Formats: sequence, structure tokens, C-alpha cells
Amino acid sequence: MKVKTNFDLNYFIEIVPALIKYINITLSLSVISMFLGLGLALMLQVIRMYKIKGLNSLAKIYISFFRGTPLLVQLFLLYYGLPQVIPTFKTMDAYSAAILGLSLNSSAYMAEVFRAAVSSIDKGQMEAALSVGMTHWQGMKRIVMPQALRVAVPSLGNVFIDLIKGSSLAFTLGLVEILAQAKISAAASYKFFESYLAVAVIYWIIIVVFNYLQSILENKMNTVY
Amino acid sequence: MIKIEGLSKSFKSLQVLKGIDLKVNKGEIVAIIGPSGSGKSTFLRCINYLEKLEYGTIQVGEVFIDAAEVNNKEILKLRQQCAMVFQNYNLFKNKTALGNITEGLIVTKKIKKKEAKEKSEELLKLVGLYEKRDKYPVTLSGGQQQRVSIARAMALNPKVILFDEPTSALDPELVQEVLNAIKALAERHMTMIIVTHEMTFAREVADRVVFMDGGVIVEQGSPEEIFDNPKDERTRKFLSFFSSI
Repeated sequence: MKVKTNFDLNYFIEIVPALIKYINITLSLSVISMFLGLGLALMLQVIRMYKIKGLNSLAKIYISFFRGTPLLVQLFLLYYGLPQVIPTFKTMDAYSAAILGLSLNSSAYMAEVFRAAVSSIDKGQMEAALSVGMTHWQGMKRIVMPQALRVAVPSLGNVFIDLIKGSSLAFTLGLVEILAQAKISAAASYKFFESYLAVAVIYWIIIVVFNYLQSILENKMNTVY
Repeated sequence: MIKIEGLSKSFKSLQVLKGIDLKVNKGEIVAIIGPSGSGKSTFLRCINYLEKLEYGTIQVGEVFIDAAEVNNKEILKLRQQCAMVFQNYNLFKNKTALGNITEGLIVTKKIKKKEAKEKSEELLKLVGLYEKRDKYPVTLSGGQQQRVSIARAMALNPKVILFDEPTSALDPELVQEVLNAIKALAERHMTMIIVTHEMTFAREVADRVVFMDGGVIVEQGSPEEIFDNPKDERTRKFLSFFSSI
């Protein structure tokens, strides 16, 4: 028996270029948030490692909050909620709000990645650094952190993949990235399956390419020592 | 040159060091022996302030530290007078054999890269590992790693090198090459404090042997005095384990 399908291959192929036009929004959201998130996560790690008074407990609460609540809720809070209580945020556009939300969210995860990576490094490495006369900070920077970074890379890659996929939530703030464009096309043509399949395939390809780049980086780091 | 007085240390409620006094002269080699748990490794780590002391004073060369009023700057100065060789080598895993030695010279001694490299290569030759200079620690045997770590300690030109059971983690056939490297240092009149279980080695190399038990120095003297005529019952009991082998 032949199963009849209504899959419109032509439409599926045609819609891809229309979606790809918005890929720069998806990618820039993810990449910028990744870098901002990394910077924040490093700061959080330093605060927690040196138990800086006052900031240490704030950092704990921050990490707990951003890991403990859904990204979508955080984005709504930032974009729809915050301007009501703090009017300065009224000028914030959807793109900035999405970047802010994604950065804050990913930084909490990456701070945990850093903490685990640093604690996985043998204590003897720091002791050796101190014994040759380095300060704790020098030992951290020159000996422990470079080793911890290598341990952290696979997990950081996962955080980046989550960021790419998480950037799709930006459509809820009215930002047109690839998912929003797919929605718009689907609504106009009623071809939901083709539209969403096309967007899914694009995400998939982005992530496959990224995984490939990451494996090259990991191989390179592993051949060193 | 090294003068330690009243050194005390507790881990929570357990007092592991109970007021230790020790003087070491320039060029002297002191071996510390004793049963495990006697506090000898902790004592050694305290001299380098890898363990925080509770009470006591440490003088190494010009640097004087009183546990009652110590700050990070003084600790850093003290550490720069000492070098340490660890039981588990603790070579920097992200540096080559050569990089392990130059690291301290460049970062803490502020020596120029080229000069640091020349000095380090010379030291690698001394411990017989010049060919391995570009290898990372994971690719070296335990004995080779420990020899690199001895070269790393020497490079710093310290007032004293502290050895924390330098051969305990090694396979038996690798022990001798490390002991030979330490002997080479002895010939250069390096001041050394060595915590060890190698009694033959201690007897052969040390100028003075210190026997520790229960967080105190029970007795000390020349190798002949300690090994041939131990005065204290505890020393005799401890050494009898070794003579039966």
C-alpha cells in the first residue's frame, strides 16, 4: 500500500535561503553571549575561589537562581518585567535583552564548569607552584588554570550548544531570528512541517559543524601533553 | 643558617607537631626518619609554609617568620629561600621538562628567558635528562620525573632543598637513579633536609640523622650514633624493622 504524503519538497528547499538570511542573528546572539558569559563565569570563579567577602554569597545566590529557573522565565523577567520597575530598561531592545539573558544564564553554568575543572586539578600542582616561589595567583594563572581549561573544554562546548538552541527563545521577545522567520513562513503558507523541519535541519547543521570544530580543538590540546 | 624553634601544628583537635626545634648548618645534610604518622612530612611542609603553623618561628637565611604575626609577603619570601622535592614529583603537567625548570626562574627570579633556558639545560644535563628536555611529564618515568623535579629545585638556587620522601612513590628499580641525583647535590654541598625511608641512603649521605615519633624529635645524632647506638627505646624499635630485612 502506498502511503500518500503531502510533504512539499519544493517548498522545503525554497524556504531554506529565506531562513539562512537570519542565521547571523542566531549566531551573533550565541557567540556574543558565550563570550560575555565566559567573562562573567571567570569573575564568579575568582570570587568563589578567593571567597571575596560579601560577593561570595551573592555569587552563590546568582548561580543558584540562574540555574534554578527556566531561561524563558529569565528572558520574560528581563524584557517585560524589568522596565516596569526600573524605567531605565525601557530603552533596552529585544536583541540586547536576549543577549543579556543568555549571557547571565550561561555564565551560571560555566561558573560551575570552571569550579569542577579547577577542583579536578591535583592539589600538588599548586603546591609545586608555591614551592618555586610563585604567588597563589601566579600559580593559578600559569599552572592550574591552563590545565583546568583543557578539562573544561568539552563542557564549555555543551554550554555553547545550549546557547545556540536557547537563542531560539528570543522569538518570544519579538526578535526575528531563524525560528521566528520559520514561524512567519509557516503562518503564511500553512506548511508547518516543512518550515519547522527546515529550521530544525539548520540548527542541526550548525551544531554538527561546531562539534567538528570542537573536536579539532580538543585533539590539538590533547596532543600537547 | 636554618633555625626552627617551637614549631607546633594541629589538624583540628589532633596535634601532629609538638614544639619542634631544629638547627641546620650551611651545607649540612639532615635526614629525618621515623614511623608513618610521626609528623615528619608535615614538619617539612611547615618549613616551606605549605602547612600553616600554629606556633613557632622559622629562620632561613635572612628571612625570619613568627607564626604569631605572619603575612603573605613574608611567606612568599620564605618560600623563595627554599625549594621542595615532593613524593609525587608534582611536575607542572602543562610544561615540558625544560619548561618545568625555567618556569620558576622566569616568573619568580625574573631571569631572562634565554639565560633561564641555558641554566636549565645545564641542570638537565647534570641529572642526565638533556635528551628529554622537550618531553611532557606524562611521557617520563617516575624516576625521570623526580630527577627533573630535583633539577627544578636546584635551579632556584635555594638556601635549602626540602625532600619529602623523594623515592617512596617509585618502583624499586628506579630508586637508585634518584638517590644518585641527590648524591650529586650532596657533592655540591647543597643544604638539604630529607625525609626518607631509605635507611642505607640516610646512613651514607646524611651528616645528621633525626628520629621523629609522635610529633617530637626523639633523638638526633650522626648516622653512626643513631643507627649503631640508638639511645631511645622508640628509635631502637623503629630501626629493628629495617635491620631484620
